[in-house]
Amino acid sequence: MEALLLARIQFAANISFHILFPTITIALGWVLLFFKWRLHRTGNVAWMQAYKLWVKVFALSFAMGVVSGIVMSFQFGTNWPGFMERVGNIAGPLLAYEVLTAFFLEAAFLGIMLFGADRVSPRVHNLATFLVAFGTTLSAFWILALNSWMHTPAGFEIRDGVAHATDWFAVVMNPSFPYRLTHMLLASGLTVAFLIAGVSAWRWLKGDRGAEVRLQLRVGVTLGALLIPLQILAGDMHGLNTLEHQPAKIAAMEGIWEDERGAALRLFAIPDETERTNHAEIEIPYLASLILTHSLDGEIKGLNSFIGEHPPVAPLFYGFRLMVGIGVLMLLISWSAWWLMRRRRNEGEPLPRWTLRAMVAMTFSGWVATLAGWYVTEIGRQPYLVYGVLRTADAASAVPAPMIGLSLALYLIVYAALLVAFVRVVFLLASKAGQGERDTRSRDVVGVPA
Amino acid sequence: MDLPLIFLALMSIAMLAYVVLDGYDLGVGVLLRRASVEHKDTMIAAIGPFWDANETWLVLGVGLLLVAFPIAHGVILGALYLPVTLMLIALMLRGVAFELRAKVQPERKFVWDRAFYAGSLGASLAQGFMLGHYIVGFEQSLIAYLFAMLIAPCLTAGYALLGASFLIMKTEGLLQRRAIGWARGSLWLTALGVLAVSIATPLASPSIFDKWFSMPELIALMPIPLMTLLLFVFAHIFLRRLASDAANDNDRGLQRWAWAPFVCALGVFVFAFLGLAYSLYPYLVIDRITYIDAASSGEALTIILIGTAITLPAIVAYTVFSYRVFWGKARKLSY
Ligand code: HDD
Ligand code: HEM
Ligand code: HEM
Repeated sequence: MEALLLARIQFAANISFHILFPTITIALGWVLLFFKWRLHRTGNVAWMQAYKLWVKVFALSFAMGVVSGIVMSFQFGTNWPGFMERVGNIAGPLLAYEVLTAFFLEAAFLGIMLFGADRVSPRVHNLATFLVAFGTTLSAFWILALNSWMHTPAGFEIRDGVAHATDWFAVVMNPSFPYRLTHMLLASGLTVAFLIAGVSAWRWLKGDRGAEVRLQLRVGVTLGALLIPLQILAGDMHGLNTLEHQPAKIAAMEGIWEDERGAALRLFAIPDETERTNHAEIEIPYLASLILTHSLDGEIKGLNSFIGEHPPVAPLFYGFRLMVGIGVLMLLISWSAWWLMRRRRNEGEPLPRWTLRAMVAMTFSGWVATLAGWYVTEIGRQPYLVYGVLRTADAASAVPAPMIGLSLALYLIVYAALLVAFVRVVFLLASKAGQGERDTRSRDVVGVPA
Repeated sequence: MDLPLIFLALMSIAMLAYVVLDGYDLGVGVLLRRASVEHKDTMIAAIGPFWDANETWLVLGVGLLLVAFPIAHGVILGALYLPVTLMLIALMLRGVAFELRAKVQPERKFVWDRAFYAGSLGASLAQGFMLGHYIVGFEQSLIAYLFAMLIAPCLTAGYALLGASFLIMKTEGLLQRRAIGWARGSLWLTALGVLAVSIATPLASPSIFDKWFSMPELIALMPIPLMTLLLFVFAHIFLRRLASDAANDNDRGLQRWAWAPFVCALGVFVFAFLGLAYSLYPYLVIDRITYIDAASSGEALTIILIGTAITLPAIVAYTVFSYRVFWGKARKLSY
């Protein structure tokens, strides 16, 4: 049990660190391509400056993603040998296709994208940039296909305790996959939008007020404002899908204990698993039923219908509120900022100070929401590793606890140091970007219609 | 069709590709500490576009081990748990230091240069230790551990040889001259390592002893040790020649043969690998687990084989393309 717990913590720590960087690179690759395209179309140097800053952040995030991903690829087998034994026929090919189609592609063209600009034609450079962005997205496709299959397994049969694929199309396009892929890609877009907006707002507040800062702020805010309603919609549909396939997870997310018709939405509560009830509830009547069943008196199954088979309640309940709370904040801030920016197009300040400060505060909000979402999803699958097929406890490794403890401690120290270095360097790059180009600035570019 | 055998071959190719490719960039990292400040940037520039793709071969190799031979994967990585952890942490440090050294304030750059060096050294030593421990079948004795600790610096020297010869090819001027010196220095320790492995494997396992030292085989196999020896001699001769060209400022001679040490070093690794592969076959863990015992069911492998057959040529093609783009002497990196 000790080793199982440590193995779980170690896995969670490693993947949590890893996912921070794909979350940035997946969308940032496309944003860089967009910068290049705008530069080409408008000839405005501000797009070039935007590209030059964010390609550095991209390169750094990519390196962090690659090295932490290599850790993941080792850990999959060492921590969860039972996983490969039982569902290796499904997981193996999906992981292998990710390496073969995505990892090599992005790794090979990354070199050309980053360092090859003066060695290849602009066309080939655009192609390399495209292939890197495409590669990261493709890798998300494969890994999320596997992860979704673990939540809503399909297209297989069990023979002698081992899963065998019967229909590969059904395996990949399993019921939760389209929702999870969409939700994750949008999460990546939002993370990048708020990162760009936050860093630009920070630069403006610090007195770095070039046209290119204003432009980047506008890109970040606009992208955020565009994506967040889509994300809320996708999240809602994802929830409906989960209600269908993993009702116990939804009951825990919503903190609903008894089967209920016309269930209220708990805005806040303190779920108590020993007394099997909530304390200090603040609720909106009927809303949970309305959202999840699209009818005021729709029935939602409560946790008590799943005794012994439901995940721990508190982390799901709080994690879900954290994610949705950030989603709502993102909506409020990006929409009001977008509206204010349009109104102040011709003024010296793109946004009032309080809005800029709010943007700075939201710089890494995408990371927090993404992690919260993943924790809800993954803890919500417990006690299963593959829902209804394989229990977590049956897949754990034989590596002795002290060894896992030691390696876990080492990883945590390194991760903490690297995270601090990453955040500091992003802001350092942003402040350097302002210094170098003070004189080459033109103030009138912002008015150019985009 | 013998699927497990095909996958054994694929996995071995991936591992060999990893060892020589990441070998040269790890080697450059190990040598970084000896270089002057201005040379450090050039050294990093020489490997900058390639290191990520190089490490992807490790992901493929370990992935194939996991998918095709799950039982052996458990035994091998279980036995190597701690050195693997150290290697992963070292690889993390260096991969990140790569980026950070160029981005932090100039006065902090040296910190990440050190991290890059330490990470490269740590990863090389850990891999050498793993190789040594693996060859003797994870035996838990003092001698076995001492042996692993001998192989650790030897493999590191091998990587330094690859790295230095790579630099001879990709750089010019003073740095190129220094690289010639580094290559000459690491040649001997590399040779010692190859010798140690060649002696230890037959001693560690009687079945390997019989495989090499029975009559028709001994003759048939002679080319492997002979070629290895010959390549060492060639490397030595070429390096001496390059050193004298450098001393006489004979730049044409220098550039004309700059590729030769790298090719020899590559050859040494390939032949050492062939020898080791012959010794081990059909075992994945010496005298304990054969690749047939460890193979997973055919159906997943078939699917993967189809994917490999389609993608591997493409991977090779764009890898070649990327090397062609960066052909010639390394230039300053900027983006
Ligand atoms: C939604 C996206 C996503 C998720 C959930 C994961 N990854 Fe990842 N991974 C990526 C998206 C990604 C990426 C975008 O493709 C990365 C990040 C940056 C990069 O260089 O590629 C990457 C890099 C990356 C690498 C290095 C590839 C290289 O050498 O280029 C490995 C080995 C893994 N990952 C393995 C894993 C494993 C075993 C995971 C799960 C258990 C995992 N990743 C979760
Ligand atoms: C990318 C973001 C992800 C995050 C933040 C994340 C987080 C977590 C967490 C917190 C756990 C521990 C749950 C618990 O033990 O209570 C876990 C377990 C696990 N997840 Fe994920 N996960 C992510 C993606 C994935 C993906 C893509 C896969 C596989 C394709 C995966 C496979 C697993 C496995 C094998 C376990 C271990 C068994 C378990 O404890 O359930 N995870 N993950
Ligand atoms: C505000 C409205 C939102 C709703 C209704 C919503 C809904 C959901 C639901 C129901 C899940 C769990 C899926 C499962 O059953 O496994 C989930 C997971 C997740 N959420 Fe959200 N979400 C919202 C906002 C956000 C935001 C703003 C982000 C990030 C920027 C985000 C990122 C994620 C991620 C990364 C996951 C885990 C991956 C997945 O299962 O798709 N969500 N979300």
